[in-house]
Amino acid sequence: MKYLLIHAVDETLFDDAPDVDEGAAKRLAAWIEEMVGRGVLVRGDRLRPTTDATTVRVTGGDVLVVDGPFAETKEQITGYDLIECADLDEAIEIASKHPTAGMGTIEVRPLWFQ
Amino acid sequence: MVPVTAEEAIAAAFRAEWGRLVATLIGVTGDWELAEECAQDAFAKAVQRWPEEGVPRKPGAWLTTVARNRATDVLRRRGTEAAKLRQLPVPDADPDEDIADDRLRLMFTCCHPALPMDARIALTLRTLAGLTTAEIARAFLVSEQTMAKRLVRAKNKIRNAGIPYRVPPAHQLPERTSGLLAVLYLLFNEGYAATSGPAALRVDLSGEAIRLTRALAELMPDEPEVLGLLALMLLHNARNIGRTDEAGDLVLLPDQDRSRWDRAQIEEGFTLLTSALRRGNVGQYQIQAAIAGCHARAESAQDTDWPQIARLYAHLATISPSPIVELNRAVAVAIAEGPAAGLSILDNIDLPVYHLLPATRADLLRRLGRAEEAAECYRAALALPMSEAERRFLTNRLTELTGENHVPAGNRRT
Repeated sequence: MKYLLIHAVDETLFDDAPDVDEGAAKRLAAWIEEMVGRGVLVRGDRLRPTTDATTVRVTGGDVLVVDGPFAETKEQITGYDLIECADLDEAIEIASKHPTAGMGTIEVRPLWFQ
Repeated sequence: MVPVTAEEAIAAAFRAEWGRLVATLIGVTGDWELAEECAQDAFAKAVQRWPEEGVPRKPGAWLTTVARNRATDVLRRRGTEAAKLRQLPVPDADPDEDIADDRLRLMFTCCHPALPMDARIALTLRTLAGLTTAEIARAFLVSEQTMAKRLVRAKNKIRNAGIPYRVPPAHQLPERTSGLLAVLYLLFNEGYAATSGPAALRVDLSGEAIRLTRALAELMPDEPEVLGLLALMLLHNARNIGRTDEAGDLVLLPDQDRSRWDRAQIEEGFTLLTSALRRGNVGQYQIQAAIAGCHARAESAQDTDWPQIARLYAHLATISPSPIVELNRAVAVAIAEGPAAGLSILDNIDLPVYHLLPATRADLLRRLGRAEEAAECYRAALALPMSEAERRFLTNRLTELTGENHVPAGNRRT
């Protein structure tokens, strides 16, 4: 089963440490190593913060371009991981070990086409 | 008990076999809708054939064979790839082993944490207890359409999100078991205290909860909290008769007729509780069962060991603290040590929408002769949702206190 892990964290947590915090970087590296080793991690990336985001909407033929994320919420998307594993229980276990699980929320969404 | 007519045999078989049958079919086909269809079809065939052919010696095996055959047919006609058509196991090979595991698998899957709570309950009732969608809808006071959608969404999620059909592995079992018990407990409470609307129309949810927990206890006989939950349910259910009178009004504990209590259920409850406690792993359901046990063993209301109940609630508060536990502890302390002691505990509880908090405060204030404050609390309680019987009771209390005739505010027409 293929799932997208969507990482959502309150960006203000990063205000005091705008660059990658070393401890988190180590934990992330460990997670990546384990998941690659298990053959479940297809790919993943960290995203730039919502200050670098642009929202695009097309209505009535007009392309609307707005600065910022699509929704104003406390937690924002900070990254994604595409995983392939046995079932939802394993996906939950994989997500629970990721560093952002302790900082924010991880949504586990199955892909439409498996 | 030997069923006399074919109808009785079918009804008995339905009770006993539905959950097992559906569980097995899901395991074999991997398709929840198909499993229910084939189970339903098998029972329909039984209704046709048993009156003529006679009731088979092993109704369960008959139903399983018929259902499996239909499942095979359907899958073949759908042109399902050979890989999806699992090998149907030989019917006589270790049937108890497979069937037991299947029902357990089904229970754990229905109660998976990734499903919303209302879906867990609905799915459990539909697939394991065999209630119809209409019956479940009535029990939870929603339209049949709403309940049907709830069930479809849940089954879709199980398939689309890849919720595995299995008993959780050992390291997950403690957490997942307590999740399963929470669903069964919720189900029991739904039946036990009809929170709103006329009680008469509701299916016996408590009875279903007991049946399901009993099945679970057979499948997990070494789990003390499973035994504890069953003990709790039996010790409560045994004393249900006499809680309300013929008019449907509440009867207070001291006025309840204890001779009408179900002694067999009480015995069984104590046996289970003893067995559970012996394993030395005390949990919230065992404690709650012990509290119910205090009531059940008291010859009369005056003989109730309220100090022990208060101690048990204090213990419960350390294991699974909650404002409701504190409220119950306050009631026990009030009886054991006096209303003032109970009131001081109530002052520290925050439960905004729960009518029993102001109602309890009102009662204690009333006992202390603080009539005006008590009346205010009764009014506050009556503004909150509650069963009709409770509403009548509290309204009467308020009327007694103030001498006025009250039409309760927000009284729902039933």
